[in-house]
Amino acid sequence: MDITSILYPVLSIGGLGVVFGAGLGYAGKIFHVEEDPRIGQVVECLPGANCGGCGYPGCGGLAAAIVAGKAPVNACPVGGAKSAAAISEVMGVAVEETEQMVAFVKCNGTCDNSTNKYVYQGISDCAMASQLAGGGSKGCSYGCLGLGSCVAACAFDAIHIVNGVAVVDDTKCVACGKCAKACPKHLIDMMPLSKKTKVACSSKDAGKVVMANCKVGCIACRICEKNCKFDAIHVENNVAVIDYSKCKDCGLCAMKCPKKVIHNPRVAEMEAKKAAEAAAAKAEAPKAEEAKTEEPKEN
Amino acid sequence: MAQVQPNLIMLVLFAIFVNNYVLSQFLGICPFLGVSKKVETAAGMGAAVIFVMSLASAVTYFVYNLILVKLGIEYLYNIAFILVIAALVQLVEMFIKKSSPSLYQALGVYLPLITTNCAVLGVAVVNMQKNYTFIASVLNGFGGAVGFALAIILFAGIRERIEFNSIPKPFQGFPIALVTATLMSLAFLGFQGLIKI
Repeated sequence: MDITSILYPVLSIGGLGVVFGAGLGYAGKIFHVEEDPRIGQVVECLPGANCGGCGYPGCGGLAAAIVAGKAPVNACPVGGAKSAAAISEVMGVAVEETEQMVAFVKCNGTCDNSTNKYVYQGISDCAMASQLAGGGSKGCSYGCLGLGSCVAACAFDAIHIVNGVAVVDDTKCVACGKCAKACPKHLIDMMPLSKKTKVACSSKDAGKVVMANCKVGCIACRICEKNCKFDAIHVENNVAVIDYSKCKDCGLCAMKCPKKVIHNPRVAEMEAKKAAEAAAAKAEAPKAEEAKTEEPKEN
Repeated sequence: MAQVQPNLIMLVLFAIFVNNYVLSQFLGICPFLGVSKKVETAAGMGAAVIFVMSLASAVTYFVYNLILVKLGIEYLYNIAFILVIAALVQLVEMFIKKSSPSLYQALGVYLPLITTNCAVLGVAVVNMQKNYTFIASVLNGFGGAVGFALAIILFAGIRERIEFNSIPKPFQGFPIALVTATLMSLAFLGFQGLIKI
């Protein structure tokens, strides 16, 4: 056997490997790109969900922007104050307090409360359905179509369709804003987590039209506006809107609203209590009434 | 052995449609299934493959004809080609990162994936087996890559639409993607025999 039949392959392939290795090593030095070590540190402070809620391509994109000074340290809506504090430590700047936000669906037109114009049996996607005649099958052209485009957009399993309307789970929502972008009806807004009073309607229709389509639609009666002591709620374009910089969460508007459009957990609790009391009173009432009705007969 | 140079336009069309690397030769299936969820990323992957495959065809042509053939060790082509392609992709990635950050943003993520794309190796091997000239080799690589890009972008478009349908549970995800790929492959079978080289 010729020694060259072993020597040539070994030398040529080995030589190629050495040449490529050296070339790559040399190229690595020539084409070296300076990367700020802080980028890696900032990435570690971020949640790492790559949700894109900040508007940058993933957490790495935001980290690069923060280090470059193009984005504020509290730009991540998901990490909130916690990640902002950690990032500010890396960057060596002070943070402003950020208010934790939460998504809210401004529609309460569930299957029981609202009417339908027709039965929709197409593709299960709100954007597609909303392009049909009348902006979808729902009686109210501003209402939630309940086909779940927001549910598909949510990376945190925080929004679900309950009885035909999307409902946000406050404990899971991180306010990344993806559902708001997915909603063709623009029903979802980011609201401060601390404020519990919310208007669950976005209908810009006149009161009469709303009445015909939905049991719980805002009819623009302005009762809330008249009752608010802090000038925090106003009817704009036929729908009540709360100014959260003024709202003190007293719940008076929720109490006075004739259509129960405004939600407040405290008022809801009080009303549930009242209803329970009324039911209990009713249970006792028949006996009293019987006694009352019998009395006049005797007289 | 004399080198072969077929009609170049026919060669490119042949590589794109008739001999599509993904849909009729079943090479490069991994990135085809993996990076085809969105048209945008599929287009990025397609562009990166076009770039690397054309370049790899050129470089492997020289490595094969100037080193392996001269030394009479053609049987080592597999190892040599893999070595060349991996090193080439690395070099290209570094070069793009330095010279054009915007192009790196667009292609960067996909470049390392291409190192293990067997369609790139497949083109190099086909060029060698058919004994193509340099120009024919590069155009074969380019055409093959355009075919890959075409297939992956069409596939991603179909997959994006399928997302909206209510798919039976056992078919969700990859099963329906594989069924789709099969149907696309059958469709491309219609090009078979259209061009002869």
